[in-house]
Amino acid sequence: MIAQQLVNALTLGSVYALFALGFTLVFGVLEVMNLAHGAVFMAGAYAALVLVTKANLGIWVALPLAMLVSGALGLLIDQVVLKPLRARRAHHLMPMIATIGVGILMTNAAQGIFGTDTSRFPFGTIPEESFQVGTIRITDLQVAIVIISFVLMVLLLVILKRTRLGKAARAVAENPQTSYLLGINVEGVFRLISFTAAALGGGAGVLIGLSFNAVSPFMGQPLMPKGIAVIILGGMGDMRGAMVGGLFLGVAEVMGVAYFSSDYRDAVAFGLLFLILLVRPSGLFGRAMERKA
Amino acid sequence: MTEYLQLFWATYSTVIYTVGVHSMLALSIYLTLSCGLLSLGNAAFMGIGAYTAALATLRLGLPFGEALALGGLLPGLAALVIGIPTLRLSGVYLAMATLGFGEVVRVVFLNLEITGGSMGLSGIPMKTQLWHIVAILAVLVYGFVRLRHSKIGRAFEAIKEDETAAKVMGINITSYKLLAFVLGAILAGVAGGLNAHFTFFVSPREYGFDPAVDILTAAIFGGTGSFVGPMVGSAILAILPELLRFLKAFRLAVNGLILILVVIYLPNGIWDRKLFARFRRKGSV
Repeated sequence: MIAQQLVNALTLGSVYALFALGFTLVFGVLEVMNLAHGAVFMAGAYAALVLVTKANLGIWVALPLAMLVSGALGLLIDQVVLKPLRARRAHHLMPMIATIGVGILMTNAAQGIFGTDTSRFPFGTIPEESFQVGTIRITDLQVAIVIISFVLMVLLLVILKRTRLGKAARAVAENPQTSYLLGINVEGVFRLISFTAAALGGGAGVLIGLSFNAVSPFMGQPLMPKGIAVIILGGMGDMRGAMVGGLFLGVAEVMGVAYFSSDYRDAVAFGLLFLILLVRPSGLFGRAMERKA
Repeated sequence: MTEYLQLFWATYSTVIYTVGVHSMLALSIYLTLSCGLLSLGNAAFMGIGAYTAALATLRLGLPFGEALALGGLLPGLAALVIGIPTLRLSGVYLAMATLGFGEVVRVVFLNLEITGGSMGLSGIPMKTQLWHIVAILAVLVYGFVRLRHSKIGRAFEAIKEDETAAKVMGINITSYKLLAFVLGAILAGVAGGLNAHFTFFVSPREYGFDPAVDILTAAIFGGTGSFVGPMVGSAILAILPELLRFLKAFRLAVNGLILILVVIYLPNGIWDRKLFARFRRKGSV
């Protein structure tokens, strides 16, 4: 029983981690709390749905394409909304408020285009097969979700740690002005990060859409507070923290429902978040922020 | 004419009440923002106030005034208790901690028997009158006008501009922050109590993440340079969906679009004195 629950928790947690990774990437590098990330997540799921139903593509072809679409959307948001605010050196709350507007716009546009009903993937899109390991039943979809999430996350971590590009991104995260003086194309890094983060968010949307077989304009909304909880748990802007935090939240939710009560599922996660903030505001992996006098 | 007015009132009284209550909420977040605190717990405090006042009316049969007072008192106490540990946090961290608090409160409402679970409480009698809202807003406006140049108002401003410098000047920042936080919570609680007594019901859904963000949005949209901005902002955002009914399914999208445009092109919100001054100069030439 507990092993079965762990499999479910791992599936849910890896998607949370993927979602939170995009969220934390933007926070770490652009220093923007991107509250449109949930809407991008939703847009990714719809992009996959449209590609599957209208273009008759297989889901594993539609997934990368949907990620490209959401990535492009992220880039668009950055260029149209966030760039002017950066140029003006606006107060750090301003980009956050602007992304709230973007989120409302996108959610409502999806409502207008697709209606408020929950859409489902056509029969046969989602692999239905499963196999048995001991007493645990694992579906092929679960395996695919976990593998895809982890491949994407590890890929991102390797790029950030090992390549010149990753070095540039980390330098910009540390200090954009200094990076600029050192000849790094700061705006280019911002564009790339916006694209990547949104692509990850959209990918997470497709995977959640598949695992519950439900796509709706509002599917991103419950993810937003969860994403915030995860990046607090892991430390703001910390990649490993977002991964561990996402997995942890998945486990906490699934185990909470299985062994405690489904009623207080969200309270457990957020109560924990509240406590972590009081005891260790920098999160599990974060460094204490220096106070500037 | 009177017939027309009656019809107008019958159709739009809820909108007018809503404008009033949203103005109070925007003021409650302005109060904490004016002390440099970004708190997203105001929706939760509003919820505590709404449930308390509604239960006071339904279960205890208290008169409206006392029910409202309780609706302000309990959120105030809650703010005092959670404020002492959380106000050490700053910036985004405080926002997230208060958001976490808000989610916990919402889930508690959802599961307690006395709060009616996910159905909430219904059948709350209509007790809010327009003059209640107008009177409270008038008191608030007077209070905010007086606050600006008072010792407390100046302390708030000093803390907002530079916490370290304020501390060095001998301002007890913790107690002033706590004061702003508790006053904001009381205000939000009273607004919640008023709201419950004209919408006839309260449910946990009204006090989660989205309402918290909506309150902040209205305040920033209006401009946080003075207390007028948040009131104007929340009034516009409350009325706008009514004016845009012809857009049907897409009308909320316009809200989003306006929000984006204001943030990009009107950095100080729509209620911006400098902007007005510029227009006036242009007009006179």
